[in-house]
Amino acid sequence: MKTVQFREALREAMSEEMRRDESVFLMGEEVAEYNGAYKVSQGMLDEFGEKRVIDTPIAELGFAGIAVGASMNGLRPIVEFMTWNFAILAADQIINSAAKMLQMSGGQYHCPIVFRGGNGTAGQLGATHSQSFEAFYAHVPGLKVITPSNPYDAKGLLKAAIRDNDPVVFLESEKMYGDKGEIPEGEYIIPIGVADIKRKGTDVTIVSFGKIIKVAYEAAELLEKEGISVEIIDLRTIRPIDYACVVESVKKTNRCVVLEESWPLASISSEISYHLQRYAFDYLDAPVMRVTQTDTPFAFSPTLIDEALPNIERLIKAVKSTLYRN
Amino acid sequence: MAVKTASSPSKTTKKGSVASKSKFSKETYVKWYKDMLLIRKFEDKTGMLYIQQKFGGFCHLYIGQEAIVAGTASACRPGDKHMTAYRDHAHPIALGTDPRILMAELYGRVTGCSKGKGGSMHFFDKEKNFMGGHGIVGAQIVMGTGVAFSEKYNGTDNVAFVSMGDGAVRQGALHETFNMAMNWKLPVVYIIENNNYAMGTSVERTTNVTDLSKIGLSYEMPSKIVDGMRPEAVHEAIEEAADRARRGEGPTLLDIRTYRYKGHSMSDPQKYRSKDEVAEWMTQDPIEHCLRVIQENKWLTEAELKEIDAWVKKEVEESVEFAENSPYPEAHELYEDVYMQTDYPYIKEY
Ligand SMILES: Cc1ncc(C[n+]2csc(CCOP(=O)(O)OP(=O)(O)O)c2C)c(N)n1
Ligand SMILES: [Mg+2]
Repeated sequence: MKTVQFREALREAMSEEMRRDESVFLMGEEVAEYNGAYKVSQGMLDEFGEKRVIDTPIAELGFAGIAVGASMNGLRPIVEFMTWNFAILAADQIINSAAKMLQMSGGQYHCPIVFRGGNGTAGQLGATHSQSFEAFYAHVPGLKVITPSNPYDAKGLLKAAIRDNDPVVFLESEKMYGDKGEIPEGEYIIPIGVADIKRKGTDVTIVSFGKIIKVAYEAAELLEKEGISVEIIDLRTIRPIDYACVVESVKKTNRCVVLEESWPLASISSEISYHLQRYAFDYLDAPVMRVTQTDTPFAFSPTLIDEALPNIERLIKAVKSTLYRN
Repeated sequence: MAVKTASSPSKTTKKGSVASKSKFSKETYVKWYKDMLLIRKFEDKTGMLYIQQKFGGFCHLYIGQEAIVAGTASACRPGDKHMTAYRDHAHPIALGTDPRILMAELYGRVTGCSKGKGGSMHFFDKEKNFMGGHGIVGAQIVMGTGVAFSEKYNGTDNVAFVSMGDGAVRQGALHETFNMAMNWKLPVVYIIENNNYAMGTSVERTTNVTDLSKIGLSYEMPSKIVDGMRPEAVHEAIEEAADRARRGEGPTLLDIRTYRYKGHSMSDPQKYRSKDEVAEWMTQDPIEHCLRVIQENKWLTEAELKEIDAWVKKEVEESVEFAENSPYPEAHELYEDVYMQTDYPYIKEY
C-alpha cells in the first residue's frame, strides 16, 4: 500500500487508463498548462501531450457537447468541470444528449464518457458555487452517478467509470482533493453500484456518501462511548443505488439515519427513506431520520454556513431519536 | 487611437501627453484620482486581510484595472444600470457605494452590502444601480441585456453597462444575446475588461480571433478597442456608446485593454506570465498617470495631495473597523431573502 492524496488517486486512475487506451483523453478548463485548477491533472500534459490533455475556453456547453459527439464516434472522453456548479451550463448535453443517446438511437450510438469535477460546498463561496448534484443527476435514467469519499474509492471507481460504456457523472470535492489515504501499489477497480460498509455496527445504520460522511465517522466514535454501536454505509454510487446493502443492514440494526450534504426535498435521503419503508417496513423500530442541509441556498457568512450544514450534534440527535434516547 | 496588442501595453501613450490637450477638467481628474486611489488601497488592504484569514471564500482583486470603472462612472448618468462578474469590488466604489458596507460584506457581516449573504463575488447596491456581482462566468452578459430590455420597454433613456472578462466572452450565450440585443436595438454597452487572462489562460490560447472587438461583427455590432489604462479613453468610448444607446441605435462592444497586476485570485502562482510583462504594464499605471496630469497642471498642491492620501487611508481603515465591529448574521437570516413570500413553508427538521 502507499499513501496518496485524493487528487493523486484521481490522476493515477486517469493516467493509467490513458496509457492503456489511446481513445481516452482529458479536456476541460485549465487542465493542461495550468495543471488543473485543483491540480488533479498535474503533469498529465507533460506525459500525454496536448492532443490528449486539452485546455478549453470557458465554454462548458460547447466542450461538453464536443465530448459527447466524440464519444458517439468512438472516443472515450473525460470531461473535467472546474466545479459541477459550472456544469449546469452543460446540463443540456449531459441530460438531453449523453443520457438519452443509446435509447433514442435504438441501441446504435452510445456515449462512453466521464464528466467529473468538484461538487458540493467548499467554504465561503456563496450560493452559486456550493451546490451538490447527486440528486439532480441521479434523477436521470441513462446516467450513472458516483460520489467517492476517500482516495481508495476514488481511484477504483474512476477507473471503472472510464472503462464503463455508459455516461458517468463523477462527483468529487474541492475540500477532499488534499485528503490522504492508502491505495494499493498495483492496479485495482471498484465496481460501480456497490456500496461499502465503512464501519460495522449493530444499533443504528447511518447511510451517507461523499465528504459529509466524515461527520458520521466522528459521530460514531462519540456514540460508541455512550454504548451506541453505529454501522456506516457509504453508498459510493448514487445511480444505481445499492439498495440491498442498505436493506440488509437495516434488517440487522432496525434503525436508520441518512446523512446528506444537500437539500431535503427530492433528495437521496427521501429516496432511501421511501425504499426502507417499502422493503424493510417490518424491520424498522423507529422512523427513518435524516440530516441534510437546510432547505435554503448556501449563503456566504460563516454563521449562516454553520447553520446550514449537517453537523455532529444534529446527527447524534437524529441517531438517538431512532433509539428513543436523548 | 492608441491600440495595443493584448500582451503588451501601448507604447504610443507618452507620459503626460494626453494631459496637455485633454478636454477633461481638473475636477474630473481629481475625481478619477481619488476614486482610483481609493479602489487601489481598498484592494491592497483586502488582499492583506485575506492573507491574514480575516475572511474566507475567493478574492479577486481589481488592482491595475481601475481606469475602466473610473472612466465609466464619470461618463454614465445616475439612472444607468451596472452589472459585472465576480471581480466586483471596484464597480460599486466608483459608483459611490460606501466602502464600509463593501468591507463588511467581505467579512460576511450583516451590515454588508448583501447582508453577508453574497460575499466577495456577490456585491449588490440597488441604491447606486449596481446590480451585482455574479459568480457564474458569462451569466451577467445575458442578465445585463435583460436590464437593457426593460429600460427600453419602460421608455427610459437609461443604459445598461455590462462588464465581462476576456474569458467570459467564450460563453456561447454571448452570441445568442448579442444577436437579440442588436436585433432589438437594446440600450446596452458591453465592456470587455480585457486583462488578457482568464485564470491561467491567455486570450491567444483560446481563439484564433484575438481581437475581441470583432466578436460582435457577425451581428454588425459597433465596436472599438479602448486603452483601459487611461480613464480619458474609457470615458470617451463609454460616452459615445451610451449616446448611441440613448438615441435608440442599440448596443456597442468595447474591448477595453487592461491588466490585472495581481493573480487571478489570491491562490494563483502566476506561472503563465513573466514578471517583465507585469512590470511593463505597471509603467502605464492609470493612477500615476492622473497624478502626473494633476501635478503638471499644478491643479493640486502637495499638501492637497497629502490630504487625499489621508482621506483614502481613513476611508479604508474605517471600513475595516466598521466591518470588524459589525455582527454576523443570525441563524434565522438563512430563512430570509430566499423567497419574497415571507411565510414560505420551508422543510425544517431542526
Ligand atoms: C460558468 C463558469 N465556468 C467557470 C468558472 C470558474 N472561473 C471563475 S473566473 C474564471 C476566469 C474568467 O476570466 P475572465 O473572464 O477573463 O475574467 P477575469 O478574471 O480576468 O476578470 C473561471 C474559469 C465560473 N465561475 N463560471
Ligand atoms: Mg480576464
